Amino acid sequence: MSMTLLEATGLRRHYQVRAGRGPFGAKAVLRAVDGVSLSLKPGRTLGLVGESGCGKSTTGKLVLGFIPPTAGTVRYRGTDMPPAGTPAWRALRPRMQMVYQDPLGALDRRLPVGVQIMEPLAIHGAKSPAEQRDRAAGVMAAVGLQMHQFDRYPHELSGGQRQRVVLARALMTEPDLLVCDEPISALDVSIQAQVVNLLLDLQDQMGIAYLFISHDLKVVRQVSHEVAVMYLGRIVEQGEAEDLFARPLHPYTRALVSAIPVLGPRRERLLLQGDPPNPVDVPSGCSFHTRCPFATAACRAETPALRTLPDGRQVACHRVEEPALQVAA
Amino acid sequence: MLLFTASRALRAALTILFVMTFAFVVLRLSGDPALLIMSVDAPPEAIKAFREAWGLERPIWEQYLSYIGHAFTGDFGKSMRDGRPAIDLVMERVPATLAITLPALALKVGLGIPAGVYAALHRNSFADRMTMAVSVAGFTMPSFVLALLLVLLFSVNLGWLPASGADSPTYAILPIITLGASGAAIMARFTRSAMLEVLGQPYIRAASAKGVEWRRVISHHALPNAAIPTVTIIGFMIGSLVAGAVVVESVFAWPGIGRLLVSAVANRDLAVVQAILMVIATWMVLANFTVDMAYGWLDPRVRGTAAAH
Amino acid sequence: MTAPLVEVTGLTVDFERDGRSSRAVDGVDLAIAPGEALGIVGESGSGKSVTWLAALGLLPARARVGGSVRIDKQQLIGAAPKVLEGVRGKRIAMIFQDPSSCLNPVHRIGWQLVEALKLHRGLDGAAAEAATLRLLDQVGIADARRRLGDFPHQLSGGLNQRVMIAMALAGEPDLLIADEPTTALDATIQAQILALLASIRRDTGMALVLISHDLGVVAENVNRVAVMYAGRLVEEAMGQDLFGAARHPYTQGLLAALPTLTGPRRRLAAIPGTVPEPGKAPPGCAFAPRCPLAEPRCQSEPPPVRHVGLMHRAACHLQIDVGVSAWNLPRAAE
Repeated sequence: MSMTLLEATGLRRHYQVRAGRGPFGAKAVLRAVDGVSLSLKPGRTLGLVGESGCGKSTTGKLVLGFIPPTAGTVRYRGTDMPPAGTPAWRALRPRMQMVYQDPLGALDRRLPVGVQIMEPLAIHGAKSPAEQRDRAAGVMAAVGLQMHQFDRYPHELSGGQRQRVVLARALMTEPDLLVCDEPISALDVSIQAQVVNLLLDLQDQMGIAYLFISHDLKVVRQVSHEVAVMYLGRIVEQGEAEDLFARPLHPYTRALVSAIPVLGPRRERLLLQGDPPNPVDVPSGCSFHTRCPFATAACRAETPALRTLPDGRQVACHRVEEPALQVAA
Repeated sequence: MLLFTASRALRAALTILFVMTFAFVVLRLSGDPALLIMSVDAPPEAIKAFREAWGLERPIWEQYLSYIGHAFTGDFGKSMRDGRPAIDLVMERVPATLAITLPALALKVGLGIPAGVYAALHRNSFADRMTMAVSVAGFTMPSFVLALLLVLLFSVNLGWLPASGADSPTYAILPIITLGASGAAIMARFTRSAMLEVLGQPYIRAASAKGVEWRRVISHHALPNAAIPTVTIIGFMIGSLVAGAVVVESVFAWPGIGRLLVSAVANRDLAVVQAILMVIATWMVLANFTVDMAYGWLDPRVRGTAAAH
Repeated sequence: MTAPLVEVTGLTVDFERDGRSSRAVDGVDLAIAPGEALGIVGESGSGKSVTWLAALGLLPARARVGGSVRIDKQQLIGAAPKVLEGVRGKRIAMIFQDPSSCLNPVHRIGWQLVEALKLHRGLDGAAAEAATLRLLDQVGIADARRRLGDFPHQLSGGLNQRVMIAMALAGEPDLLIADEPTTALDATIQAQILALLASIRRDTGMALVLISHDLGVVAENVNRVAVMYAGRLVEEAMGQDLFGAARHPYTQGLLAALPTLTGPRRRLAAIPGTVPEPGKAPPGCAFAPRCPLAEPRCQSEPPPVRHVGLMHRAACHLQIDVGVSAWNLPRAAE
């Protein structure tokens, strides 16, 4: 078995926020990410799902070192990630790239896209302009862009084409990890499929690993080998993609999966009450207990650890093995 | 809310202290008042006596501390020219300045806001284009140019209004129009863009979809929101009530604070300049404070959680 | 068949900009029966929202609207402002995508609800407050009395959408148009809102037009579905027929492009190319440049909307048989 490409252990990211207003307002701690561990093997995809504010995007930035963690470590190919901004960290940058949701925001509207695609090589590699252009042509072909689009400006391209440009730029340095944060959410339905297929093809051809962050469970299932579900800064369940969606165990995952509207026959729905709590004021014990239909006194008092069940599924729930829960599902 | 007010008040006090310090340092750096007032070829004994009389021979930090200390008790020193308390000289000019700036403010708000709202509601119409053209002219033209044009027209050619002095209320008319016209132009432009921004918001369409008639959508849904950014500009204008007429007062020989400042600077009358700056700064800070309070009143999002619960 | 509540005939919308005019809606025909739930599916620029904004006269002045929209006997296109104001909120209510920005930020929730009640039911004072509390209760807002004094920014997106729905119910409308009502909301909140809309429909018998880009949302919540592409209606059928036996290549492509939540994962069938920009649709079928079966006449002649089954219409020159997908047929010569 190949070695681990990326391993994050106990990642935390806390923010000091003011609960009140003014310089004398009460301070509070926002636990955006609160103890996330994950690992990724070369050429594999880990999907990270959850609702807004669950910390999935922050996790993506933490693993790349874009923001420093409050606690925890990230290891890349078995060695600790150097601190952000150091030469060693910059030397690693070409190996890991990020793809954002909004391609127009990620591109400079005053520069032709071809120039922007070559930019990472200009920064990271010491290649001649001709070599840079050759490589750009190759990468553009790989993402389905045509060479006549090299001199176009971002606004002259469609949303799907812009996202291809962003991907092309990320691929210039032949990275072995892409962190994709909602990469297709801004695209039309008929274009989403194009980009999903493209991501899968690129993985096949180049062996890139993806950390695929999205709120869209169907797309995550389509692209991921493994999926982790986040709630209020923690992973509450993790497992093999098809199995996790077919047989969700954690009550939150069940609610999330059952909430997704589907084309086929209507399924039983586990409807949650209320909104997710404010991440500044995370409930005690299991943070899901305020909305969980199965919560007991123990759930309110004690935080469940993420533990591995005999079949390999990881779940953070006190009651997951109880027959009562199986029936209720 | 109390905390919000207290923190703003503290900030205001710090700003005033900063302005006083800055004025002190800049004025001392820019030349020796003794030499300037007494002229360079005055006898050395006379210059020495002048320095002693005004405490200019003491170390600079001592002068500074004594200046700040006295300022707290309302004492800004005496005019180096005529020996009267500087603050009295300044305060007696305030009514004259307000006599032209207050009516000008009424003109700015009373003309600028309706014109801006009208232009926004009739976007791209002839009236909108005219309003905006006039407004561009209004705020690109320097006030002394406008002042001279008005004088040429109303005093020289038509002979309707006096050109300079302050002998009767009619003397105030041209300064007021000069000040008000450019302000009204700025106000109209800001109101228009604030209004256009608000009219494009989803809640305006949602209010229409709810069945609210268009007039009421404008008056009850759009205007209260458009007022929020407009308040900033009105705040600036209130802030400039005291100090905004320097040029206009000079052109029309209007005996306000602006003219006093010009002559005090020319004469290197340090105490008077410092007192004027102090009055201006205090007024500006008070105006800003009022704007902040008005924001809190107009925009519930600024009031924040502290006020709501 | 019952007489339609709302009937849209030959609706066109053109937007004028810089002296050029571009067509956003191009001859849409639709009918909604009392109490019916109709889904409208389409991608950005398909005209699915513009159609209904045009019907209610909510488009900016630079939009030119043609055709006809009737509610009962009342013509809405070109109607006087007074007539439209009487229909909006009272006969046809509308809720939108981003609830938090659709509520006025400077007015309290209670104020905004009372405004609607005063307008549509003439209620005032204590009667209005009691009705407000009932409405908030009806949309499942706990602690309603306290919420009346809140401003929209103090509530979550889900709660704001409930307030929008309560406001829409104030006029006891015959038809609610929900334009992407859950797109800005998280999945578990989306499920709550859709369940709420369903229960309100059960209780009040109100008709619903559900506009969405999400085929799943539409499939679970309506009886009948219309698919729009580049300003035209391309297919319309009962839900099970549309999702089970789509006859238009675009609808078929859209369904094949969707990943699923269950079953084996297969490669998605992506529709090549992109949605045409508004006003730049080709003269013939707007989908022809992306269609695997396009023939020369598809490029030049707009296809007529034809009945292809019971209550099933499609706008395609080719009559694709039931159970056949355009995306599996041998390609026409390039």
